[in-house]
Amino acid sequence: MQILPEMLVMLLLLTDLRLLSSSRIAACIQTVVLQAILLACMTLAASWGHLTLEVMGVVLSTVLVKGLLLPWLLRRATREAGVSREVQPFVGFTASVLIGGLLLGLCFVISRPLQQAAPAGSAVLLIPGAMFTILTGLFIIVSRRNALTQVLGYLAMENGVYAFGASLAVEEPMLVEMGILLDMFVAVFVMGIVIYHINREFDHIETDRLSVLKD
Amino acid sequence: MLWAVVAIPAMMGLAAMLPSAKPVRRALLLLGALGHSGMVAWLCVRGVGDVGDAWIALDAPGELFLAITSALFLAAAVYAVGYLRKEAGQATHDEVEGFLFYNEPEAVFVGCLLLFLATMSLVCLSQHLGLLWVAVEATTLASAPLISFHRHHRSLEATWKYLLICSVGIALALLGIFFLATAGRGHVHSLTMHSLLSVASTMDPAWLKAAFILLLVGYGTKMGLAPMHTWLPDAHSESPSIVSALLSGALLNCAFLGLLRGHAILTAAGLGHFSGDLLVLFGLLSMGAAAVFLIRQSDYKRMLAYSSIEHMGILALGVGVGGLAGVGAMLHAVNHSMTKGLLFLAAGNLLAAYRTKNVQDVRGLLKVIPITGCLWVAGFLAITGSPPFGLFLSELTILKGMLDGGRWAVAVAYLLALGVIFVAMARIILPMAFGSPPAAMMTDSAAERRRQPAWAVIPPLALGAVVLVLGLTVPAPLWQLLRQAAATIGAQ
Repeated sequence: MQILPEMLVMLLLLTDLRLLSSSRIAACIQTVVLQAILLACMTLAASWGHLTLEVMGVVLSTVLVKGLLLPWLLRRATREAGVSREVQPFVGFTASVLIGGLLLGLCFVISRPLQQAAPAGSAVLLIPGAMFTILTGLFIIVSRRNALTQVLGYLAMENGVYAFGASLAVEEPMLVEMGILLDMFVAVFVMGIVIYHINREFDHIETDRLSVLKD
Repeated sequence: MLWAVVAIPAMMGLAAMLPSAKPVRRALLLLGALGHSGMVAWLCVRGVGDVGDAWIALDAPGELFLAITSALFLAAAVYAVGYLRKEAGQATHDEVEGFLFYNEPEAVFVGCLLLFLATMSLVCLSQHLGLLWVAVEATTLASAPLISFHRHHRSLEATWKYLLICSVGIALALLGIFFLATAGRGHVHSLTMHSLLSVASTMDPAWLKAAFILLLVGYGTKMGLAPMHTWLPDAHSESPSIVSALLSGALLNCAFLGLLRGHAILTAAGLGHFSGDLLVLFGLLSMGAAAVFLIRQSDYKRMLAYSSIEHMGILALGVGVGGLAGVGAMLHAVNHSMTKGLLFLAAGNLLAAYRTKNVQDVRGLLKVIPITGCLWVAGFLAITGSPPFGLFLSELTILKGMLDGGRWAVAVAYLLALGVIFVAMARIILPMAFGSPPAAMMTDSAAERRRQPAWAVIPPLALGAVVLVLGLTVPAPLWQLLRQAAATIGAQ
């Protein structure tokens, strides 16, 4: 068992718990930045010993997009939204962390059949860890009413997916990696614009109050 | 040449976002649509070759869906030019809720339309699953500003749901793609269809199954399969009718293509029954959910949206059953897209005349706007699978495929859902066409609203003609293409 990849996944788990327990949007943004840095480290750790220029490029652009550009966009959107700097949960923070604990257990259970066929040399914690990050993101999307927090949940979820790809060193060509990062950036950009218009039209960004359309 | 199909609309889209005169921008839109359909027609004439290990290549299903997208976009672009001349740059009054709203700048709308075309073309051409994913996510981003064109509270709500639900779904599909790569660890050198298919039989079944479930949930969300369809009725009802037509007729197909790539790999790995049964299950669920929501539906654009969910269910069902039903599903994709394009464009005309989406307030279509009224009734007959339209033929082919395969229970459920949906839609649409028109619509002051300009009727008429011809005869080269497509995705 290699110690470094396991430790990185464990740190990722801790950031998930912090995401579940933070009440301020600024703190959540910080946590997502931390996750981005951990992801970059995972990519480096996975290809340690045979580092190529391409891997370095991917790592650098991950840090640049996920660690600098996205938080900048999100902080700007928070400032523009003005009043709503709290995450506004439906589920309290203590309850969120407890549910997080349950989800983590669930992840260990459901990843067992996959674990047996997992490629050799990957971190033992990786599959449950990545799954937990994805589930945390999903939980945040459904349990917080502030639209900005939902964007953060989406980013956390994407980070989980990315953690999986990065550590198993799925051989994605440069073009595709860049395409994924570009999509992420544009997604947050477009979501930011929609949030801006929602804020202007409704004077709030509470998504549970967007409920006119239904059958 | 293949790159040009993506690059030319993309560059034109970016050019349309630059400040320029309105006629220039609208000319760009038309030119982009014409150029694209010209190139696609040329590619279709040339036919498909061996795709090999290339990232960007045209195989049979890609060619089929690309042709559908291009034809529909041409019709929508002609309609859009007239629509923009009428709608753009002024405050509009919402007569149901009574408020003013300002539409999005035309530059953004036209630019995003062209970018939307470029991204959908990229989906059809991608042979690399990673690139396919990037393209599908890009379609979401390019179409979000189209849905929020009116920028009032309803359209913003619909846009938010669309963006969030589809992005989350698509993220799961990315995980599915990573799972696929993991399943073939040690053998997979690249995520192109060619290399995945060639090593499929050595992949790990547990990971493959997990990968397909994730792909099904991910791309199924975007495709509007129940129970992940919740964004679809909102987005289709609140966006301008041209956008609804493109979402329903082109975008849903593109998401389906992503799912089909996964199905092809599972079939090659000998797990075709697993993925096929899941497709059948979700197909029946979608048809059932659509039937339930179609009964007593009070908004005619939402009605069309639920009908799209139904037809996506039929497509999944046909491919899941396989054999002749797979070929039928490919034909059904063509028919559904053309018919839904016709119906949404006609719905746009209805909305322009009556200024309400409420079924109760729309009566006497055949007297008030006869051409659109006829189209509306013909579209209803076509979409519910009545002869002599193309959907009758394709639904019958799918049924025959089921009976050939001995899937009696599935066939009964399929016919039951089709029957319920026919009755439900007839009860909505026939009173709209035949009842007596509201007095306000027949006065002289409403004459302007009753006028149906050529740009508003020719595109839906053309689409209707295609569906009618496909119902009477399917040309031999098309059959050939459909068979090839069904074989490529492992449904035969």
